[in-house]
Amino acid sequence: MTTILERVKTALGPEMAGPGLAFVAVVLVFGIASPQFLSAATFGSVAFQLPELGLLTLAMLLPILTGGLNLAITFTANIAGLTVAWVLRENGGVDAGVGIFIAGCLLALLVGAASGVVMGLVIAFTRAHPILVSLSMMIFLRGLGEFLTRGGDISGFPAFMGPIGHGSIAGIPVPLIVFIVCVVGWHVLLGRTKLGFNTYMIGSNLEATRYSGINTRKAIVLVYTLSGVMCAIAGIIMLARFNSVRIGHGESYLLITVLACFLGGVNPFGGFGRVIPVFVALVVLQLLSSGLNLIGANQHLATAVWGILLVGVMILRWVASKIRISIIRRGS
Amino acid sequence: MRSLIRTHATEFSLLAVIVVISTVLSFATANFFSLGNAFDLLNISAVNIIFAVGLLVVLIAGGIDISFAVAASVVQYCAAIVLGWIGGGGWISGLLIAGSLGVLLGCVNAFLIHRFRIISIVATISTFNIYFGLLMFFTRGVSIYDLPDWLTDRVILFEREMPDGTWIEITLPVLVMAVCVVATWLLITRTTIGRQLYAFGDNPEGARRFGINIGAMQFIAFGWLGLMAGIGGLIQAHYAQEVVPNALYGRELDVLAAVVLGGARLGGGKGSVLGCVLGVLLISITQNGLNLMGVSPFAFKMIVGAIILIAITISNTRIERLLAFVGEKGAGR
Repeated sequence: MTTILERVKTALGPEMAGPGLAFVAVVLVFGIASPQFLSAATFGSVAFQLPELGLLTLAMLLPILTGGLNLAITFTANIAGLTVAWVLRENGGVDAGVGIFIAGCLLALLVGAASGVVMGLVIAFTRAHPILVSLSMMIFLRGLGEFLTRGGDISGFPAFMGPIGHGSIAGIPVPLIVFIVCVVGWHVLLGRTKLGFNTYMIGSNLEATRYSGINTRKAIVLVYTLSGVMCAIAGIIMLARFNSVRIGHGESYLLITVLACFLGGVNPFGGFGRVIPVFVALVVLQLLSSGLNLIGANQHLATAVWGILLVGVMILRWVASKIRISIIRRGS
Repeated sequence: MRSLIRTHATEFSLLAVIVVISTVLSFATANFFSLGNAFDLLNISAVNIIFAVGLLVVLIAGGIDISFAVAASVVQYCAAIVLGWIGGGGWISGLLIAGSLGVLLGCVNAFLIHRFRIISIVATISTFNIYFGLLMFFTRGVSIYDLPDWLTDRVILFEREMPDGTWIEITLPVLVMAVCVVATWLLITRTTIGRQLYAFGDNPEGARRFGINIGAMQFIAFGWLGLMAGIGGLIQAHYAQEVVPNALYGRELDVLAAVVLGGARLGGGKGSVLGCVLGVLLISITQNGLNLMGVSPFAFKMIVGAIILIAITISNTRIERLLAFVGEKGAGR
């Protein structure tokens, strides 16, 4: 029995404790407080809302693991969505075919990657701080989007795009399928590939990694490129869900993605953190917001509670470390 | 002089860029090179500079704060309500109320960071969400237009009619800004606390062993930013003549970009008031110049973003190194 517990513990890792406990607590509290909480409707709404925030969080995760930050994620997603919208409008608007849409998506992925490549190159070769680089990229992309759209909405897309945002296959929403595929992809990338290994190494100690013969610049550029590609996927999903593009869509998610990463046990200085705990943290955040919604509170209160949850988890972590230290002292 | 240039490289290069941009704009536009426009620039940038010098102190102490702009919104709203209760008040009571509310909110951050050893970016992202969420929840996004008269009346400290008939004026925000800038300059360069802040930001563990009170440093840095955020919030309400709960949302990142552009290092121990003010001014001058040149306002952010991106790329890399990199690539690596 203990060996199984040990094995589960090592498989889940130390990062799992915070989000896991939060998950249990949220389900228990709302399960007692509201009889409708543990129903298919709640999980259905979570399943539809999760992917938007989740994909952006995945885009934020990789740079944080290298010890950086990508503040341009929401506007990269907006610009990617805008690219799709532009391709569709130039080629028939509402009557555009599936082929056009796919071409637009590919172009959007390229645009996302391009924004990532620029940031990655500047960060890797000038050693400027990632916060500043991605911040200026964010300001640039926001300005570019506002310039192109004049601050307005763009809508009027072909009907077949609706199911990508709202449809479901075998009862599972399509955005959720896309999101889970991306989660698995990131999990494999970080756990099984050379780039994933290098990402953790760079986050722990950039200089040591460089001296051990790893091309850190290439790895950093790749990390930001992948982050940009993930933003583009998020942008396409957002486009299909809202059936419109507007610069500023999802802007309020920016700091929530950072919050979700930290809640998922990712080290703010990089080097430590895994995808699955971040996924659980995201589910917790969405469950909280759905639960509060059921009780009758609005989204803004949910935002405040998300912040309180993060502070609470951090304080619990501090308490746990104090207890651990006192146990070690007593033991010796 | 030479050593001065070397020790203040960022300030001098910023100054050089500002001079170049201003010269170009003076020739390209009719109105840029005038006293009136210079005063306009100061009036417009006042609130951002107040925020910026506050943030500078936190950056010097090795922290980062995301929550100050939202804290300023909370202060605006609460100050407006408190002033309503006490039946009006005046500038003195207004600044006292706003300042102390700001310090209180800043100390919440310092408390979380110091007591529970939460990293400052994590703590302030949490408080950002808590402050903003609660503010929007309790206010339901409703603005306050019914402010006391003394707060919304424009206070003109200096005005003069120019030969061409236009009026130039310096308003109250500029005076408050000047006081805040000088006070911050005195704090970080002329007091023991200032030197301790630099030492703490540069090497926290070394500072602790040297006998510097770490907790006091955190509370002073975040408290000072809170004070500036509170004052800035009140001045913003005065300038805009209204209190809109989400008006300052997003301002924190713009100010952060300006401060870091001004030479403050993310990580602590470096930064000057002059550089910080020049950083804000560079961005304001660019926007103002683009405006005068008749560029669409929608393009401002794009150009400003590109300028910051280019500025940091160049300031972090010498031109030779960029060229060497090109050569390396050309050699078929």
